[in-house]
Order: sequence, then structure tokens, then C-alpha cells
Amino acid sequence: MMDAVQKRLLEEVADLHKVPEGAYNIRANGQMAGRNTTANIDIVSKEDVSGMDIHIKPGTKNESVHIPVVLSQSGIKETVYNDFYIGEDADVIIVAGCGIDNCGGEDAEHDGIHRFYLGKNARAKYVEKHYGSGEGEGKRILNPGTEVYMEENSVMEMEMVQIKGVDSTERKTIAKLSAGAKLIVHERLMTHGEQSALSIYEVELNGVGASADIVSRSVARDTSYQKFDSRIIGNVPCSGHTECDAIIMDKAKILAVPQLEANDVDAALIHEAAIGKIAGEQIIKLMTLGLTEEEAEEQIINGFLK
Amino acid sequence: MLELKNISFEVAGEDVQKEIVRDISLTIPAHKFVVITGPNGSGKSTLAKLIAGIEKPTSGNIYLDGEEITEKDITQRARLGISFAFQQPVRFKGLEVVDLLRIASGRQLSAGDACEYLSEVGLCARDYINREVNASLSGGELKRIEIATVLARESKLSVFDEPEAGIDLWSFQNLIQVFEHMQKRNRNGSIVIISHQERILNIADEIVVVVDGRIADRGPKDKILPGLLGTPSARELCLRQTRKGDGR
Repeated sequence: MMDAVQKRLLEEVADLHKVPEGAYNIRANGQMAGRNTTANIDIVSKEDVSGMDIHIKPGTKNESVHIPVVLSQSGIKETVYNDFYIGEDADVIIVAGCGIDNCGGEDAEHDGIHRFYLGKNARAKYVEKHYGSGEGEGKRILNPGTEVYMEENSVMEMEMVQIKGVDSTERKTIAKLSAGAKLIVHERLMTHGEQSALSIYEVELNGVGASADIVSRSVARDTSYQKFDSRIIGNVPCSGHTECDAIIMDKAKILAVPQLEANDVDAALIHEAAIGKIAGEQIIKLMTLGLTEEEAEEQIINGFLK
Repeated sequence: MLELKNISFEVAGEDVQKEIVRDISLTIPAHKFVVITGPNGSGKSTLAKLIAGIEKPTSGNIYLDGEEITEKDITQRARLGISFAFQQPVRFKGLEVVDLLRIASGRQLSAGDACEYLSEVGLCARDYINREVNASLSGGELKRIEIATVLARESKLSVFDEPEAGIDLWSFQNLIQVFEHMQKRNRNGSIVIISHQERILNIADEIVVVVDGRIADRGPKDKILPGLLGTPSARELCLRQTRKGDGR
């Protein structure tokens, strides 16, 4: 049974108020707290390392897999390997996420390594939320590693959100796309206090007509630090776009490093990066609508990260 | 009712203080539609900002319904019932039209309520309610949304700073209808529009002419408007419209 803190974390990272429908695996403080498989989706624990293999049968449609992780004990440090095999023509939603509540003095760390193998014409939407809470001095650390291998004409849409409470994160995502495959990434990030967040993408477009669109929106407050390092490599006729749009506040620091590498004359690659503070006129406009300066700031940030 | 008493506003220039608004005293009665006009650089927009609290006067006093608001900030004045539509509407990444309308009205708006405000400015609500207020909207669309946010506030006093600025003639023709409609219903208390546009001057109850930071003339529209035709501000307007016409 999960306690109240774990349930709250589950709500934050997976919008789950109760046990989800469909396939799921809930991991709490390093242990399996619940699992369900379906006729089309099988979840098998790995034997050599912590983690599991998730097999989604070819042609599976409109099913979902939830694999939330919650940590509510100080001092836990774990690395988990999850591999997703998404069969040809399948169309599924995968909801992952990690919530850490650290009330103790020791660090709590979860490093999730997710590998996705998408078969031909498969489609997946991957939603990942990270959340930290707790008053303890121990740090809340999340280092997700994501690898995406996409066969012909597969589509992967990734939504990664980390809005609150994670002290240190280093996220690395790599993707290799075959012909006609399409990768869409929306990342939303907010750091505050002394937090630091590194987000690294390396996307290889290896098949004709492959495309990638990687968009990050972030807000850095207080003395936090963010680095966004996104690299798209076009090896064939393909198209790629990467964008980092950041609001900087207080004494925060942001480094944006978009990189493009074209190894084919028909690789069309674009990058955009913008870092700036909240425009004074935006605050004034919302103040003329009756908000205080602080309320105006919150509205602008909430909208930006929506 | 808004009262400005001996309002002056100076900015620091390179060597000297520059006086933008000079000792203006003006009363905007309740339920009146007042247009403040005058040549470019005459201090009209500054006057509008002084009313909204975006600028603070160097000297003088401002009263709203008898209560002194000179020292009140933008938020406080907004809460007392003053609204301000920007000459260049502000864009927001991520905030949707419905978010702005909700903030403006200060309540949870139903889709129906939001639609009503958007319809009043001639926008089809269904197409706009969830649009982001960002660069994907045209100047004319932004202007209408800006006006809709002011309508949603249902204020005692609404100030519009050059609503015709930055939009094409076609959008402007439609905008006039919005103001005509507002003028007829006038549920929003007093309306002050900063404008050079003859068609806006033409629907005013009163016109105030500001030249070089001072009130040069004021009175009912029928008295002031004929004298304005042929003045530098009217000529300037004609030239601008001609240039726009050439460009299309």
C-alpha cells in the first residue's frame, strides 16, 4: 500500500488519483508497488539490472502504459533501465514520471534510463513529468537518459516537464531516425533556488525524409543554472528544427547551445535560441488589468510554460 | 468622473528638463465619450499614461470620483476602475485570449461570456478564444483583443491610446464600428480616446485639443471639429492615409 506522500507524488507526476487503467507499473522507494499487463502490453522485470522490458504488440491501438516512480525515503539512490518495444503500426501513450519527496538529510536520486524501439509506422506519445518536494536538506536528484530508435515512418512525440523541486538534473536524450520517421519534443523546465538543470539532445536523421522538431521553453529563477544543448545531425535529405526559448530572472544563468550538422546538401536544418527577461510592458499590461506585479509575473510564467 | 488638476510631466533631457505635459487641468464627466487630439508629440499619449498610472506626474493631482489617486500605482487604479488600451498591444507567448479576458474580468469566464466580448469587437469567438496572444495574430486582431480586454473590465473609465495606430485602413474601418457601438451602449462609464482620426473625432461628445503639452481648445464636438479641419493635425492625417493608400 502506498502512503499519503507517495499518493501525492503520484498525482503530481502522472495525474493519477487512483490505480490507472490499462498496463502499468508503479515503483515506490525502489520496490514494485503494483503492476498490470494487458492482452497487448506485457511488462517483464529485468533479471540482470533493475528495470523492465515493456513489449507492445504490433497493431496495438489506443492503449496506454503508466510507469510512475515515487521516492519518499531519504538516502535512496537507484538506476533503473526500462526498454520499450513498440510493435509495427501500434499507437500508444506512455506516461512516465518521477516524484521525489525528500524530508531527510541525505540525497535521494533516481536515474531512469529509457530506451524506445519503435517499429515501422508505430506511433507513441511519451509524457514524462518530474517533481520534487520535501523540506529536508538532502538533495532531490533526477538524471534521465532517453534513447529513441525509430524505424521507417514511425512517429514519437515526447513531452517532458520539470517544473518544481528537483535540485539537480542532467537529462540526455539521443534519437536515431530512419526514413520518414518523425520526432517531436516539447520540453518545459523551471528551475529555482540553487537548482541546476542540463538538457542535452543529440538527434541523428539517418533516413530520407526524417524530421525532428525539438522545442524547449524554460524559466530560470533565483540563482539557478540551466544549460540547453541540442544537436541535430542531418545525414540525408531531411528536416530538423531546434528551438530554445528561455525567460531569465533574478540572478539565474542560462546557456543555450543549439548545434546543427548537415552532412547532405538537402538536409534543411534550423535552430533558434532566445533568452530574455519578462518584458516590462507585459507586466504593465497585466497590471492595468488589475494584477499586482507579482501576480502578473506568475501569470506570464504559467502561460509561457503551459 | 476623472479630474486632472494642474498636471505637469517632465522628463530629463540631455541638458535640460523637458516638459511634455504643461499644467493641464481637465475634467472627464461620467458617461461621456471624450477624444483627445493634437499633433504628434503634443503629449496626448503621455496624458493617457498619466491617467492609467503608467507615468507619474511631476506635479499636480488626479482624482477619480473625488478620491485622490495621484500616488496610486497602476494596479490600484485598475482596481478602482480605470482601464487602459495600449497603442501597441503587448504580445504574450503562451497566454491565450481567454486567459487575458479572464484576468481582465477578474472572474472565471464561461465560454459564452468570453464570446460576448469578442463578438463586440467583431471577432468570431470560436476562432480566437484559445489562440495565443503572440506574433501569429495580426495588428488588427491584436488591437481588437486589446479592446475586448478593456470591455471585459466594465470600467468606470476606459482610456484608448491611439487605437488606429499600427493597423491598416481596412481594419480601421471595422474598428470605428466597434467604437460607435461602444458609444451607443456606453455601459463602460466614461471613454477617453487619444486619436487623430476624423471618424473617431466625429463620434465624440467632447473634443480636447492638446498642442505642445497644453490644452489649446476643448468643447462639444460640433464646436471644435469644424475648426480642426485644415489644421496641421488634420493635414498630417491626410498625408498618412495617402501614404498608406499608395502602399497597398
